[in-house]
Formats: sequence, C-alpha cells, structure tokens
Amino acid sequence: MSNFWTILWHTYWTKIKTKSFLITTIITALLFVLLANITTIIDTFSNEETPKVAVIDETNSSIQAIERIEAYTSEEVILESVQQSEAEVDEKVISGEFTGALYLTSNGEDLISGEYKSLSIADTTISSLLQTALQQIKTELTAESINLSPEQLQTLYAPVSFETTALEENAKSQEELSQARGLVYVVLFLIYFAVIMYASMIANEVATEKSSRIMEILISSTPPVQQMFAKILGIALLSVTQMLILGSIGFFALRESMSKLEGGWFEAFGFSNLSLGILVYAAIFFLLGYFLYATLAAFLGSLVSRIEDVQQMIMPMTMLVVVGFLLSMYGLSNPDTTFITIASYIPFFTPMLMFLRVGMLSLPVWEPILGMAVLIVTTIILAIFGARVYRGGVLMYGRSSSYKDIKKAIQLTKKEK
Amino acid sequence: MSLKLENVTKKFGQFTAVDDISIEIPEKEMFGFLGANGAGKTTTFRMILGLIDATKGNISWQGKPINYSVSGQIGYLPEERGLYPKLQVKEQLVYLARLRGMDKQSALKELDNWLDRFKVPDYKTKKVEELSKGNQQKIQFISSILHKPKLLILDEPFSGLDPVNVELLKDAVVDLKNSGTSIVFSSHRMEHVEELCEHLCIMQKGRPVVHGELKEIKRSYGKKTLIIHGDFSMAFLQDHPAVKKFKMTTEGVHLQIENELAADDILKDIVGKGFIRKFMLEEPSLNDIFIEKAGASYE
Repeated sequence: MSNFWTILWHTYWTKIKTKSFLITTIITALLFVLLANITTIIDTFSNEETPKVAVIDETNSSIQAIERIEAYTSEEVILESVQQSEAEVDEKVISGEFTGALYLTSNGEDLISGEYKSLSIADTTISSLLQTALQQIKTELTAESINLSPEQLQTLYAPVSFETTALEENAKSQEELSQARGLVYVVLFLIYFAVIMYASMIANEVATEKSSRIMEILISSTPPVQQMFAKILGIALLSVTQMLILGSIGFFALRESMSKLEGGWFEAFGFSNLSLGILVYAAIFFLLGYFLYATLAAFLGSLVSRIEDVQQMIMPMTMLVVVGFLLSMYGLSNPDTTFITIASYIPFFTPMLMFLRVGMLSLPVWEPILGMAVLIVTTIILAIFGARVYRGGVLMYGRSSSYKDIKKAIQLTKKEK
Repeated sequence: MSLKLENVTKKFGQFTAVDDISIEIPEKEMFGFLGANGAGKTTTFRMILGLIDATKGNISWQGKPINYSVSGQIGYLPEERGLYPKLQVKEQLVYLARLRGMDKQSALKELDNWLDRFKVPDYKTKKVEELSKGNQQKIQFISSILHKPKLLILDEPFSGLDPVNVELLKDAVVDLKNSGTSIVFSSHRMEHVEELCEHLCIMQKGRPVVHGELKEIKRSYGKKTLIIHGDFSMAFLQDHPAVKKFKMTTEGVHLQIENELAADDILKDIVGKGFIRKFMLEEPSLNDIFIEKAGASYE
C-alpha cells in the first residue's frame, strides 16, 4: 500500500510543478479577476471621451427632435446640431471630428425617421441607443397626435402582473428555481471542464509512461490497479488544489466587485443564499463523475502506444461528456421531462443530469442515491475491466491503436488452461 | 534456493513464444540467456517478473512464486529502455527506488555512489531527455540496481553502448554478483555470455536448445578447433577422417575436429611436410556450439 501513496504523491507533485499547470492556473485566475471586474474595466476604457454625434434635423421644428433625443441620451452622447450639407458632414465623420452623424427626417406616416452614419457599423452602442430614443419619441408623438395623456400612455405600457406558483409540496418557488438554475449551471460547467481537462490529463499521463517505456518497470513493482487508482487520485488531488486556488481567487475577486454591483447577476446565480444540501450533492456528483471518467480515461490511455494517439483514443469519451452537457443544457429549462429522467440513470450522463434534477426539482431521496449507486457500480466495473486491459495494454506496443486492442490486451493477461 | 522454471510455456493465441522451458538458475551466480531476436528471451523474463502469466508451468524464486510482495528484491532492466523524459535523474531514480521499497535517504546516498562510479555525477539534476542514449542507459541500469536487489534481470544490458561503457557496466555486474546478487541476463553477443556466465541457456524459437554449465557444455560438446599455420599446402587435410569442418585461411587452416585425440593424428600427418609455424588446439566457441545445435547462425 505504501507504493500507492508514493505514486499518488509523485503524480501530484510532478504535475503541480510543471510549467503548464502553473501557466493554466495563472491565466484562468487572471481571467476570473478580469471577468469579475468586467464592468469596471469597460467603464474605464469607454469613459475617456463622450462621443459627439452631428445631427442634421430636417423634421418639423415644432417636434423639437434634438431636445427630445437628448432627454434620453444626454449622458452617453453629445448631440450637436449642424446646418451643413450631408456631404460636408460625412467628410467630418471620416476626418474624425464626429463619431457619427444622424439624419432626421419626417415624411407622411412616419412621424420621425433617422439614418445613422459612422466609420464602422460594427459598434452598435450609439446606433442602438439612438434607435431606442427615436422609438420612444415616435411613441410619444403618436400618443400626442391621438391626444393620449402621459398617464394613459403609461397605463398602456405598464407590464402585466403575472406570477407562477407550484402546488406540489416542497416544490421550488420561482425565485428558488432561478437561483438553483444559476448554481446548477455553474456546477455543470465545472463538471464538464473538469472531466475534459483532468480526464485527458490522466490519459496523457498513462500514455506518456507507456510511450516512454517506463511502464514495464512500474508495473513490475506495483500492481496495475494500484497504479491506476493512485494516478487517478493524484490527479483528483491536483484538480482539487487547482479548483481551490481558482475558487478562492474567484470568490475574493467577486466579493471585491460585489460592493459595486450590489446584488446583480451574482445574486441571480444563486450564490447569496446557497442551501447546504445542494452543495453536498454538487460535490458528490462532481467527484463520482470525475472518478467514472478518470477510470475510463486511464483505461483508454493504456491502449495507445504514442502520445499523438491519445486525443483520438479518448475522443468517444469526450463526445460522451459533450452529449451529457448538451442534454443538461436542454434539461435546464425542461428538468422534469421523461427523457431527462431516463437519461439521468445512464451512468455517463448521471453526474450532470442527476445533479440537474436534484437542483431543479424536488426529488425523493432515493433517486439521487440510486444515481450515485449507478455511478459507483459502473466505476467499479470499469475499474475491474480497465485494470485487466491496463495490465495487458501497457505491454502492447503495436503501431495501431484501436479498440480491437482491448481484446488483444485482455488476451495478453489471460491464462489459458 | 534459486530461480526455478518448470515446464513453462507461453502461447499468444496460436503462436508459441516460449515452449516448455525448464531451467534452474543457481543463486548468486550469473546466468546467461542467448538467442536471436524473437527467440523468447523477453517473454521469459516477463513471465519471471509476473508481468504476464505463463500459459503452462511454474516459476518460483526461493521456493515461492514471484509476486508484488517480493518486488523489492527484484531488479529489472527492460529491453525497451524507458525513463520519464521530463524528470530529473535524481527525481525518477529516487521514485523508482521507493516503489521498490527503499527509503528516500538511502536511495539518494546509493545514487551518488553509482553516479560517481559511472563517472556522471553532474547528471544528477539533469533531465533525462537531455542525456545521450548511452548515458540514459547508464541511468536506466542504475535504476534497476539502486534498491540492491537479490535477483537482477537484465534484458540486453550492453546493447547500444560503446566499448568503454560496456566494460564499465560489466565490471559493475561482476561486482554485484560477487556481493551476492543472482543475475539473469540476456544477450545476443556470445562473447559477453562466454565471459560472464557460469550457466547459460541458448534459446531458439522459444525452445532451449542448449542449457547448462558453460564448461560442461563445452566439454560435452567434445569437438575442438584446431588452428594450423604453416608454409605448405594443407588442402589434403580436408579428406582426413577426423576433420569435421575445414576452412582455408591466408596463413593455414581452421579445422573442427572430433576430439582432442584427433589432433595427435593430424600432427603426425603433417610432420615433415614443411615448416609448422603454429599448431594450436582451442576450446569450441559458443558460436560454434550454437551453430551446430540450432542449425543456423544468427549473427
């Protein structure tokens, strides 16, 4: 058993010391900080200068179009009324004197219509702002022309009051549900990335040992099953380390910007009042899902002889994760369809879908427990089967690496009596 | 108390890699496995190590089957060399030694000794991928003996090394033997086995064609090589009844003769024919024996 720990720590330390691990962690951490402060950053860059827009107003002067637009946009855009010809104004936009030019006209049915010209129309910040303003003005003008009072107008546009209530006992309220959705969403992403990242790390690790031919020495000193699980746990520890680092950086970065955001999306994602139960489920399904895919990855990794073939070999596994993820994205808005219920018992989808259902619905306890059991049993079966293939696979150095090799690998370890 | 293989057979599907091999390898000695590529040497070693199971037969070391409980007593240098390319020499040797049950401190101490002995102490903190192939092989060799195994299995230990390093490694192997390590090694270089081993086994197509003590094998083979150099034509010796094989050289002839006594007859026949510069009776080489027994040369 001491070999188990030796391999576990060896895997952990050598991986944690690699440049790639350090760089990935730092980059992701930076990304987190960046995302947490994205609004501040955007503000810093865009606050440099308020864009100036030239306006050629050909509408009836009684409308006072410019004043009305300014009432909506005064903070973001400076409007400047100009009396020059279109061509001259265009010239000024091109030379950079104005960010853009707005031509206002009115004819017939259209009480007011506009055309916005700027160097590029890729940035829609100003144009959509102006469009919205014009839309409002048009509504106002129309209301005025049919003699609606501002109060009447307000009533016309007031949103309808509409609430949903679930009658089932323990059913989640609308508010709870949207919070749960946020958390489930985040955890699903975590599972998805962790499985893709760390599982392929394991497959690579195994393939590296195999292609560097060190496997023969390792396997003559330590049973393959022990090796396989020591490696899986070592990488699991690594993933926990990385997630703790990233998690705490993300948490502090968010808390910093929280004071500025005051609620906002942070609360909408359901972080402000997390229920402990769902966090426990998240952790359990995350770990079980990781072990399932990690075992599969180790077993697939032992079949290839060259590192170049790893990606190709674990492709089907990656597809499974992607399908699981897509299903859960669908399930996020339809958690109680039969389809999702059935899929949540298919082992490779269970970590995501069962967690989704636990988070979004009020399931009887046996359902998630059955899901866990399915996961554990599948992992054990995969481990037993995988260990045999692993043992034979690591001694095979064929040029091809296909699934036919599984049979060959098992034959290698079989005793013919 | 030794390494014992009893009727060991390994089949891969229809193909028989090792066919009914029964040998006993004495303790604290050096045992040589000879054979061409594909003769079944590596498969035999893998079965001894328990990497693959024998289809039939029994393998035991000191009366017990070899499994992971004794892996600390066994050292293995695989034919397919392999180390972690990205790891430092120190890191991986200590890691591998620890997997064989050695503690870190003594592993480090042993490591320094061996690196000094192989005149490469400055490789300690180098990555393996930075080393030349020959030097990687030295490191690999150290990895197989660092934990002071009682049974050392070396699969082609000298292949790919320059003569200086071959000597260095040979000395190390002999020292290990003298300090009580049982060593099994394979080679397709006859002279290495001839030089180092008391016992040997020549394998061909999975079968042991010659097996036993080196001296005994040579003695029981009987035939000797006779070298005659002289200033006269010796072509007539080709028809001599005692001559089994006849080969003309620039200075005379190389003969293979039935036994020692035949040399006397031949001497009588050539006396008086001319000046004899050299008349020498030699032990047969392993190569001769192999060619005779296996019916083919493989070099």
